[in-house]
Amino acid sequence: MSLLAVRGLDAFYGDFQALFGISLDIAARETVAVIGSNGSGKSTFLNAVAGVLPVTRSAIVLDGIAVGGQPAHEMVARGIVLVPEGRRIFPSLTVEENLLVGAYRAGSGRWNLGRVYELFPRLAARRRQPGVNLSGGEQQMLAIGRGLMANPRLLLIDEISLGLAPVVIKQLYEVLATVTAEGVTTIVVEQDVSQVLRIAHRVVCFRHGRLSLAGRPDELSRARIAAAYFGV
Amino acid sequence: MGWIDTVVQGVLLGGLYALFATGLSLIFGVMRIVNLAHGDFSILAAFLAILLMDALALNPLLSLVLVVPVMALLGYGLQWHVLNQLLGRGLLPPVLVTFGLSIIIQNVLLETFSADSRRLNPGAIDTASLALGRGLAVGWFSLITLGVAVLVLVGLQLYISRTRGGRAFRAIADDRTTAALMGIDHRRLYATAMALSLGIVAIAGVFLGVRTTFTFSSGPDRLLFAFEAVIIGGLGSLWGTLLGGAILGVAQTVGAKLSPGWGVLTGHLVFLAVLLMRPQGLFAQPRRVDS
Repeated sequence: MSLLAVRGLDAFYGDFQALFGISLDIAARETVAVIGSNGSGKSTFLNAVAGVLPVTRSAIVLDGIAVGGQPAHEMVARGIVLVPEGRRIFPSLTVEENLLVGAYRAGSGRWNLGRVYELFPRLAARRRQPGVNLSGGEQQMLAIGRGLMANPRLLLIDEISLGLAPVVIKQLYEVLATVTAEGVTTIVVEQDVSQVLRIAHRVVCFRHGRLSLAGRPDELSRARIAAAYFGV
Repeated sequence: MGWIDTVVQGVLLGGLYALFATGLSLIFGVMRIVNLAHGDFSILAAFLAILLMDALALNPLLSLVLVVPVMALLGYGLQWHVLNQLLGRGLLPPVLVTFGLSIIIQNVLLETFSADSRRLNPGAIDTASLALGRGLAVGWFSLITLGVAVLVLVGLQLYISRTRGGRAFRAIADDRTTAALMGIDHRRLYATAMALSLGIVAIAGVFLGVRTTFTFSSGPDRLLFAFEAVIIGGLGSLWGTLLGGAILGVAQTVGAKLSPGWGVLTGHLVFLAVLLMRPQGLFAQPRRVDS
């Protein structure tokens, strides 16, 4: 049985429909890359799964239990944790406090302050500083570390490399490979297709709010991905 | 010596104002809403103490053991069942609802307790004083009030800076949407904040009732003084609230010494001067704007 089953997921912003009948199964310990152009529905998909957007109860099934429509804070308690686009570090909290607040509803598991600092030594060195004083790359590390502190069953990462320098992106992907290798089921939304395909077990492409492609990276040609991505 | 005494009495009065202002500051800091019924809740607490005095012959200071939890529960219920329903509808609905609550509380108190002035008698502590030498003496009750204000602020500061709940308060004050992604239910936290606010203002109300007479309509004046203390000290700054209360208290006692009718007026003038020259308050912490 899959860890996450998305069934006929529709999502709306007011009267505007952003997702149309998305269905997708994600197995435990799997890393899925979600790609697509701007406005294709990638972030909307993550927000809908994380409970930020209202959806029908049956649209999101976690471990056989329909959990769709529950608010984001309840989804965290069930193990679905979103690392949001733009990092969203809490300005009045230090690095360590940002991490600790990530553990507010933490389930049992292997992730704690020590493990996160081990993964991101730069955060340990700056633990007493305000989180917003970090560089963009360090803030993304903090956001991922904060997500891990919840001991998620399913980690959703939105636009992991947006606005970051190539050298920082490379470091982040090395860390992400470590995280996924430890068995954290992960969905990564990414525009940098070449980077994310290296760590993903599976890739899905969104176009105009619909799934335009799904498959294993090694079985998909560049041309097929480009066709699904751009619709050409 | 007369002026030193005036300033000391003003600082001690500031302790009471700080107790009124702390809950207001907390609610504004966490939720960005203003509770216009804040002063009326303090008077409601004072009348609750009167009920307990009459029914159980409880000393008003001892009655705090019951009054504070009752008011805290009332605050939790008020936020959970009423004010949380208004979230996301802009700044005006909570202002209107708390204004309505203020009128309701005053009318219920008028119907229940009449328009007579009341006072809480704590016994010998009311008139006991501590001689500081050179003719200077301070009332024990005023000292206790200031001490309780400091204790409340220290407790609140420790709670907000050191505990899991305090971190969650700061997180939702920064960014409610992202806080939800950490598993924080802001509605529950808001209710906890309102419980803390009304618990603290219950202490202020009972202390006010011991210090001076009060009626069903004494709330709005207390709200005004609380506002002034918060704004002089700086919005969202807990220790600024104590210093703001002390500055307001000193202004009032100095004004009253110059002429008996000038006390409240001088406090208002100092408040206006701060508002004109430093509208963010004297001790406000800079607030980062979230990108």
